[in-house]
Amino acid sequence: MTTTPLLELRGINKSFGAVHVLHDVDFAVYPGQVTALVGDNGAGKSTLVKTIAGIYSADTGQRYFEGEPVDIHGPRDAADLGIEVVYQDLALCDNLDIVENMFLGRELMKGPQLDEATMEARARETLASLSVRTVKSVRQSVASLSGGQRQTVAIAKSVLWNSKVVLLDEPTAALGVAQTRQVLDLVRRLADQGLGVVLISHNMVDVFEVADRITTLYLGRVAADVATKDVTNTQVVELITAGRSGDLGLASV
Amino acid sequence: MTTSSTGTQPAQNVGSGLADSDFAIDARQTTTLGEAWQAYLNRLRGGDMGALPATLGLVVLFVVFGSLSDTFLTALNIANLITQAGAICVLAMALIPVLLLGDIDLSAGVAGAVGAAVAALAIDDHGLPWYVAVVGALVVGMVLGAFIGALVAKLGIPSFVVTLAFFLALQGVLLKMIGQGGSVRVADPVLRGITIKNVPVTVGWIVAVAVVVLFAALALLRHRAQVRRGLAHQPLSLIVVKIAGLAVVVLGLTALLNVDRSRNPNFPIQGVPYVLLVVGALLVLFTFLLSRTRYGRHVYAVGGNREAARRAGINVDRIRISVFVICTSTAAISGIIAASYAGKVSPSSGGGNTLLYAVGAAVIGGTSLFGGKGKARDGVIGGVVIATIANGLGLLNQASWINYVVTGGVLLLAASVDALSRRRRSASGVS
Repeated sequence: MTTTPLLELRGINKSFGAVHVLHDVDFAVYPGQVTALVGDNGAGKSTLVKTIAGIYSADTGQRYFEGEPVDIHGPRDAADLGIEVVYQDLALCDNLDIVENMFLGRELMKGPQLDEATMEARARETLASLSVRTVKSVRQSVASLSGGQRQTVAIAKSVLWNSKVVLLDEPTAALGVAQTRQVLDLVRRLADQGLGVVLISHNMVDVFEVADRITTLYLGRVAADVATKDVTNTQVVELITAGRSGDLGLASV
Repeated sequence: MTTSSTGTQPAQNVGSGLADSDFAIDARQTTTLGEAWQAYLNRLRGGDMGALPATLGLVVLFVVFGSLSDTFLTALNIANLITQAGAICVLAMALIPVLLLGDIDLSAGVAGAVGAAVAALAIDDHGLPWYVAVVGALVVGMVLGAFIGALVAKLGIPSFVVTLAFFLALQGVLLKMIGQGGSVRVADPVLRGITIKNVPVTVGWIVAVAVVVLFAALALLRHRAQVRRGLAHQPLSLIVVKIAGLAVVVLGLTALLNVDRSRNPNFPIQGVPYVLLVVGALLVLFTFLLSRTRYGRHVYAVGGNREAARRAGINVDRIRISVFVICTSTAAISGIIAASYAGKVSPSSGGGNTLLYAVGAAVIGGTSLFGGKGKARDGVIGGVVIATIANGLGLLNQASWINYVVTGGVLLLAASVDALSRRRRSASGVS
């Protein structure tokens, strides 16, 4: 890979007490690419995501953002760098509308009042730039949206803030076929706009459809970091379950 | 729910521009009054009832009492009704921010009475001017509220338990302040005047016209800005209807209250009771705070999904403490209004059913006890409903047991409407 990674982690170790969860993990996110992060339950995916997001601090290891070494001490630091996480249990308020949710916690003000006009215009702009066509009105309450639409709003919320890296935790886990379709299209469009996208998923079909690179975690170690076109579904499944597949993967476990 | 068009959209078709076609389905306006009415009906069917049940209930109550009693619809009784409703409307409004978080404040009634007692004693025993006394009552309310809020937010004790403890303890404090069997009279002309004096007729008209003109100007300016910037907006005809509706109510009420309603021609009573101005000002203030400020938005967010609010960077503890501060200090205003109406503060002030009636008023108005849903106006509409039941049944010389039963029935009806509309909403939400 010739381009500089947007975000790079090198030699990340993380333990919870006696349990060593992440072993010397190297992980890179490239602009304009979807990097899939796969691994079985307990492989350390969530821990890695939370480490990237600044919720956990790593024990050892270095992080680089756009080639520069950075320190991330909390979620605030990660957000300031332009790293946004869309969590599995969508962090949306049902009783607020789409615009209100997208600007929640970062409302634009005009004097003492909320600047509803600018917020609505920018929310619409962002949704339009992502070619979101399924929302009836940006002023409808989130409670009335389908699972796919809610996921769309959550993702659009992360894009609104000119973020550079978006981490999506199982975005299609609870969705039907058509809605999965929408969300995957959206994931692709994010990358096409130049963002670095990390897709955490159990669904190999989804991964092979949108991901440019696949990083496999096996028991807290990176088993392989490969281009999607170089591997087959079977190989990835073997990497997930056994940590190795032919000459790919961990040398000996 | 999901349209089929997206499924067939190839992934490489990137929407980078802002062409209208990118977002073609987005409805920015309902163009005609008919469409707006249809959209409103759809919202009702979807379970978003708003203030409709309480407003309809109020109309029914007015029709029933108006036909059964000759005196109910007279100017004198309407003025009485307004002064009777004042304290409960303010107390219900005070509770709205707390209810929006899904919490409850059982102590607000008694805390308000403690605030009123502080004000009354400051005037009676220490000869302080009324405004110092009122500020003192507000400060007492804020301190009590901060204490309650801190126990709820920081220690994590359920608000029901904390405020139940304060409900009991503050009755003792009130008894100690006033003395067994005694009472503190409220003779200050300004405080007593809130409920027994009326705004001069000309001033009443000026205020009424100013309110209507201001509302109309703000609504029309907002509409023009929305149209200019291509934002979601209501049709102009609907806004005109709303302005006309407000004008009819405000100017009609002013006209009715500005007629001499005295039974004795030698002592004319005319003008809008001052308490109506107090309630109206608080309604405007609370509505602005909850719907137009960042703080209000965060209150709704915490009430809707506390975890989402936390992740959005909202200081949830601070919001939870602040609603109790707002509630208890506003309750002090309610306590002063109640004391003004009774002419005294007694050890039983704010106790008994006071608080429960206010909670009932908020629920009748359309505020949900589950949090996240409600408006400042709910407290006022619900408060008027409860006051109307008491007033109307009183005119019909009904025994007081009927008052309790009817009020309880209305509350149960309102809670059922809330529960059913919640079910409707969740059913329409997942489709």
